[in-house]
Amino acid sequence: MDKTIRIRKGVDIDLKGKAKNQFMADHNPELFALKPIDFFGLVPKLSRKEGEKVKQGEPVFFDKYRPDIVFVAPVAGLISKVVRGDKRKMLEIIIEKSDEIGKIKHNISKDDLKNAEAIKKLFLNAGIWPYIKQRPYGIIANPETKPRDIFISMFDSAPLAPDFEFILNADKEEINLALKTIKLLTDGDVYLSFKKGSRLVDLIENKENYKINYFHGPHPAGLHGVQINKIKPINKGEIVWTVNATDLPIIGSFLKTGIYNPERTVALAGSEVKEPAYFKTTAGADLTQLLKSKLNTDDNLRVISGNVLTGSNISHSRFLGFFDNLVTVIPEGNKHELFGWALPGFNKLSLTTTFMSKLFPRKKFAPDTNLHGGKRAYVVTGQYEAVCPIDVYPQLLIKAILVEDIDKMEQMGIYEIIEEDFALCEFACTSKMDVQEIVRTGLNLMIKEMS
Amino acid sequence: MKFLRKRVDKIKPHFEEGGRFYFLHSVFDGFETFLFVPDHVTKKGAHIRDAIDMKRTMIIVVLALMPALLFGIYNTGLQHFIATGQPQEFWPMISYGIIKVIPLIAVTYIVGLGIEFAFAQVRKHEISEGFLVTGILIPLIVPADIPLWMLAIATAFAVIIGKEVFGGSGMNILNPALTARAFLFFAYPSWMSGDKIWVSGMMSGEGIIDGYSGATLLAQSATGASNFINGFGEKVSHLEMFIGTIPGSVGETSIIAILLGALILLVAGLGSWRIMFSTLAGGIVMGLLLNVFAVNSAMEVAWFEQLMLGGFAFGMVFMATDPVTGAQTNKGKYIYGFLIGFLAILIRVLNPAYPEGMMLAILLMNVFAPLIDHLVVQQNIKKRLKRSVSSVKS
Repeated sequence: MDKTIRIRKGVDIDLKGKAKNQFMADHNPELFALKPIDFFGLVPKLSRKEGEKVKQGEPVFFDKYRPDIVFVAPVAGLISKVVRGDKRKMLEIIIEKSDEIGKIKHNISKDDLKNAEAIKKLFLNAGIWPYIKQRPYGIIANPETKPRDIFISMFDSAPLAPDFEFILNADKEEINLALKTIKLLTDGDVYLSFKKGSRLVDLIENKENYKINYFHGPHPAGLHGVQINKIKPINKGEIVWTVNATDLPIIGSFLKTGIYNPERTVALAGSEVKEPAYFKTTAGADLTQLLKSKLNTDDNLRVISGNVLTGSNISHSRFLGFFDNLVTVIPEGNKHELFGWALPGFNKLSLTTTFMSKLFPRKKFAPDTNLHGGKRAYVVTGQYEAVCPIDVYPQLLIKAILVEDIDKMEQMGIYEIIEEDFALCEFACTSKMDVQEIVRTGLNLMIKEMS
Repeated sequence: MKFLRKRVDKIKPHFEEGGRFYFLHSVFDGFETFLFVPDHVTKKGAHIRDAIDMKRTMIIVVLALMPALLFGIYNTGLQHFIATGQPQEFWPMISYGIIKVIPLIAVTYIVGLGIEFAFAQVRKHEISEGFLVTGILIPLIVPADIPLWMLAIATAFAVIIGKEVFGGSGMNILNPALTARAFLFFAYPSWMSGDKIWVSGMMSGEGIIDGYSGATLLAQSATGASNFINGFGEKVSHLEMFIGTIPGSVGETSIIAILLGALILLVAGLGSWRIMFSTLAGGIVMGLLLNVFAVNSAMEVAWFEQLMLGGFAFGMVFMATDPVTGAQTNKGKYIYGFLIGFLAILIRVLNPAYPEGMMLAILLMNVFAPLIDHLVVQQNIKKRLKRSVSSVKS
């Protein structure tokens, strides 16, 4: 039974530079990087050293506390450098591509795809497992658990998000193979959530095997957190898994060929991109060369792997993230503005009606990364509630996290959210709170308390 | 602009740690950010942020208070000129009003901001913009003739006891402006109630026409309602009440000016329509109830007249909607607002010793706002718990 769910709270932020549905040349750079910081709650430990050669699909590092979970090389090559940050935190493992080193091919028999345990083992060995995330906490799923359900969002509602209809269109076989296999990992249901009117649903074979829902409304309608909350919320003690729709082709092609090949169709978007469009590349690709030719200027820019609300800053080390299908480039905002608080603000992006820009409702904005003011204590209320469709009280939950009240956090629904669900709250906040960081702190605290 | 920026950058090192004027760094920061929006960029989380900040928010609220302030200046002059029998010429009245009202604002700002600066300095945090609004609110809710030293003490009390002891802006339990007014009301009752203080010049008594009464309509409503009269004993029309050409606190007499401010707040999305609406509803319900069960003349004051009397409208638009001291949840705001309106009229009518029921009702509900939020959140928690229990069973 199909159901359409309407999301009322939230907002679509209309930015300049959405990618047109066309391809630019494929991007095949020399360097690739695996970034442990793309995964939450992970303590990475190298299984290969700097200077060693790895085959495509060969493990490079693993999770210290869950050594079953390995992360494999996206391409064959030489581990040229391990970049570390403060306290020797591992940031990037850079691989110089060289195809002749070869690929690892897993022999997948029919029996391997019949039961959950075999599939888990296969996924873990092949480095596919990290594509499966779990809630609560938004970390890589624990292979020893069985999820209540698995949720897959079939659209992205974030600003400048790639059009899934466009990028998933060619991968019908792989997507169906991946879905069929993932279905076996749960005794519950696999929920597929489409944007209302999406033609993507026609791609799905054997629709009766899945629970299909349609969502209608502004961002954050496309987030797993919102969809889970509206369809079947997470209760204490329950575990739900999520998979990104854009990772299904990678999983599917692995199941088909036995080779891990994280090829992605990525949208290059944002106000500073000359001709925003899509390109094909491999996860972890070095984007330096590509950006050189595609940007208006290379001066004072913020390059983001992901969207402007939740993406990671790759301005200085321009490697595509593990999960990302979007690269956004916007101007940095490191400039002073005289009497900025008093100007009419024809170009100011705001959810409030305190700037003249509200007179032009169809206007597309090209905001920079300026914080637009100093950090303050909470004064304004109701801003978070207006953009958070999940049935929690965002501001009060944030306050519970700030005072580290574990019981309150639990009661108020911290299991149901991860940081991306509150990204819009962070955008809207007059007091300029780092909401997403606070949420992550809270989640880490819960992980620690509960283990 | 570049020139100004260069100057600021040049003197900035003196105010940073180790500099000669480090003890003034919060003040410097306050002035620098007043001139320039800082060049800070997003480091964590969302890369773009809403262009609104606390300064802009507070400036818009100040803007919304301007109609009430301007009318207050005019009305202060007007009431004085009526009471002294002078010809009511526009500019003389305005100048009289300015001479009376501007010192109130100046004193409030100097005392309040001085204390804010000092606290920010000691606590090493940025100066909060909250007082920009409080500093206008306080002069608007006191009589124009209030001695400046009283105002200074009340402001200091409000900022220190009402706000800073709780941790500064955003942490206070009671609305600071109303704290100042309540302080004045209980510490100097002779200057905050009675027949003489609401018309400027009547306390000193010079030049006042013999037999002129300065009783406010609110005071009259406690004794008899069917006809409100002005100082000469003539009937006051509803239109006059609506426009606000009646005696009262500086900024709270004109319903039109207040509604204009409400419009600005609502369009900007800064004032909670939920609170305004439910306060109005609460006032109407109580007004009607009293009308229906009226046993004395005070209870017979028509419900719509109640809404125009005293500080009800001003409190509804500018005080009840204070987000820091009000309820924080959307559901809570309805309850909070309704009870304010309901209690304001109730206190005002049934306890004539406290004619300014609005002030007391808001302060009372300020105290109860966290409880209201707690109950609302508890409902959400129970729902979650119930869901969890039923899923375990199934």
